[in-house]
Amino acid sequence: MKQDTNFTNQEFRVIGTRVKRPDGIDKVTGRARYGADATAPGQLVGMFLRSPHAHARIKKLDVSRAEKLQGVKAVITSADLPDEHCGGDRELLNILENCMARGRALYDGHAVAAVAAVDATTAKKALKLIKIDYEKLPHVTDVDEAMQADAPVIHDWVYTVGVEPQPNKPSNVSMRAQFGHGDVEAGFKEADVIIEKSYKTGQTHQGYIEPHACLANMSPDGSGELWVTTQGHFAYRNTCAQILGLNMAKLKVTSSEIGGGFGGKTHVWIEPIALALSRKANRPVKVVMSREEVFRASGPTSSTSIDVKIGATKDGRITAATSECRYQGGAFPGTWALIGAMTSFAPYDLKNVQTVSYDVVCNRPKVAAYRAPSAPMAAFAVESTVDLVAQELGIDPIDFRILNAAKEGTQSSYGPVYGPIGIGPTLDAAKSHPHMKAKLGKNQGRGMACGFWFNFGGQTSTTINVAADGTVNLSVGTVDVGGSRASLSLICAEELGIPYEQVKAHIGDTAALAHNDMTDGSRGTFASGMATIVAARRTIEVLKQRAATAWEIPVEEVEWKDGCAHAVGEAHADKAPLSLAEIAANTENTGGPIAGHNEFVADGAGVSFASHICDVEVDPETGSTRVIRYTVIQDAGKAIHPDYVEGQFQGGAAQGIGWALNEEYIYGDDGRLQNPGFLDYRIPVCSDLPFIDTQILEIPNPNHPYGVRGVGETSIVPPLAAVANAVSNAVGVRMTQVPISPPRILAALDAESA
Amino acid sequence: MQVKLTGPLRSAAGGQASVEVEASTIRELFRKLCEQYPGFQAHMDNGVAVAINGDVFRDEWSTVIPEGAEVFLLPRIQGG
Repeated sequence: MKQDTNFTNQEFRVIGTRVKRPDGIDKVTGRARYGADATAPGQLVGMFLRSPHAHARIKKLDVSRAEKLQGVKAVITSADLPDEHCGGDRELLNILENCMARGRALYDGHAVAAVAAVDATTAKKALKLIKIDYEKLPHVTDVDEAMQADAPVIHDWVYTVGVEPQPNKPSNVSMRAQFGHGDVEAGFKEADVIIEKSYKTGQTHQGYIEPHACLANMSPDGSGELWVTTQGHFAYRNTCAQILGLNMAKLKVTSSEIGGGFGGKTHVWIEPIALALSRKANRPVKVVMSREEVFRASGPTSSTSIDVKIGATKDGRITAATSECRYQGGAFPGTWALIGAMTSFAPYDLKNVQTVSYDVVCNRPKVAAYRAPSAPMAAFAVESTVDLVAQELGIDPIDFRILNAAKEGTQSSYGPVYGPIGIGPTLDAAKSHPHMKAKLGKNQGRGMACGFWFNFGGQTSTTINVAADGTVNLSVGTVDVGGSRASLSLICAEELGIPYEQVKAHIGDTAALAHNDMTDGSRGTFASGMATIVAARRTIEVLKQRAATAWEIPVEEVEWKDGCAHAVGEAHADKAPLSLAEIAANTENTGGPIAGHNEFVADGAGVSFASHICDVEVDPETGSTRVIRYTVIQDAGKAIHPDYVEGQFQGGAAQGIGWALNEEYIYGDDGRLQNPGFLDYRIPVCSDLPFIDTQILEIPNPNHPYGVRGVGETSIVPPLAAVANAVSNAVGVRMTQVPISPPRILAALDAESA
Repeated sequence: MQVKLTGPLRSAAGGQASVEVEASTIRELFRKLCEQYPGFQAHMDNGVAVAINGDVFRDEWSTVIPEGAEVFLLPRIQGG
């Protein structure tokens, strides 16, 4: 689709071009420095001792022998981490307890102690010398079992919020919430067809290739530095400082290059402990999680159990829809089911809708955000049921979705009325896409599904510094997780009227910029893009003033065009334009260095929709499934750098396909994770996937100067359902549990034939 | 104006789906809600977002609420 510039009335010069990314050379040559790539003189190796039990009381913890081992410089337990700094804040206390068990281990892999030693060999020896006396406690790892009346209750301080009357007994259900409008009972009475189905999804990990890693360096004067792989170094600074009782301004946090985060690096795991070890040892401490630790003790997404009911008339109008979303959030309360309930029916225009959520605590690692957190599972359940209803009515699934799609003015299932949105256009594009018309072969099936994500803005701070030769440094505080340095450089170049190559973007550390929220909620290019636009326009004001000073004319008689200051009017016809480089070369005579900056809240992120098409081939002998063709169609608002928009579309689809077919945390009856490694927890690799085709639609977000919407998360929402619908169509049996692994397909086929 | 409450936020107003509050900015709206419904403060501590005519505002409390606007309060949620 051609870019719609009507609402901005702009013609872009470099926005929308596919320039080379500024971090590309460093990444392909190995020069890029990730979390594990920092070193400091005298640094120690930090390592963790983790619980082998799903739930256990720590009766005795003796670190004395470890402390005496030569080469050990510090040992940390919860006794070194007083909760007084948390000020009674339950969320901070939970973070602290998750980083280091306090009296009880709450899941397999929960940290119980940490050591800092001169080398890894010594650290490992020290861990073996720590003596712990555990008393095993009853555990529960399944969300439905955890909701049963006879389930072991994990916390005596968790009471279900959102039910009346308020409970007087603790429960594993931390929150019940309900959304919707209309009268669903009346709606179901109007329906000619009602389909009700239950679904389950396995717990998955974001699978970022780079494990959590950091280098902590605390000084005896209370100041410190943290080099870390993170999606939000300001948030890491604030959290670490709060729970360790440090002065925020004295803790400088620098974000390394990031080898994937996808939400998993929005929470602290090892970082406060690395700082505590460094403080105790008075030496720098480097901690790098093993892959096993990443699986057992960082933050995967929820496993879920979801019921969906949809009623529709013969002519294809949905009359009522309900969902009940039960999400396990790991060992601490979260709001993951609530998000699932909010997103359940977001793509549809429904008169009667009700979604209910139950957030449930289990003996699993604390759940963290994972790319459009909670939405893919709800979409799997809803979009599978939508297909079933269409099938029952004899209506093409895409026509059924088009008939019921939300549009501008629709009241969303989570409350507000939509402004301009892109679900209808993505469905229209899917319907007319050549993929939809391609013939299928034997044992092949096609499925499609829709997805939604909110997108966020948030606090953002950006600075532009002009160098003496007219090149420009752009400092942003949102970590670049997917090419944002390229897109933000394009925005800076567009505004200043200079070539892209003249801009060098950096991620500023916490001492260099004012606070920035994390790169989450698909906000990087949206929020820092807006901040960059304002900062650039402020820079131009300074540049115009300097030109006016040099020309000895009023600034009102200067305009900025094509990267140059122009003196306006007949009286100045003799004045040649002054380029940015010419103005920058004489700053000492016109008022000093030139910079522009902006600090603001980037609210007004536009919601995002996508439609995906998936073809699979299933081997009926083995149950093995191959995705043979996949197409992503998504509304980007305005694609600043189309390559990286497409990259986000493809990346989300690839992760979703892995989730749909292969990935799953498998717990034994003992509550221990049985597959904490990439050999047994298999994420898709290139040879598992076809080239993922993409189509960018541009329905501008009226709240952004260029119309940008976030694009990073929505693409992971439809794949679970798209793959499930494709497999179900290929084998002729509805698949209701993700991952749709070969044993599950064979079991479904056997059950059908029996 | 009518302020619509979604999800768990209704518990602060005795389960009501909407409440009447006169406010010209998000800041004034939150202040008056906490005055009228003391239970609302607990939700504020967890985070509340405001949708004004469909646009969601999470942080900018100086945002002006136009007369006749559709106002929804939502739980503030996380992204990835």
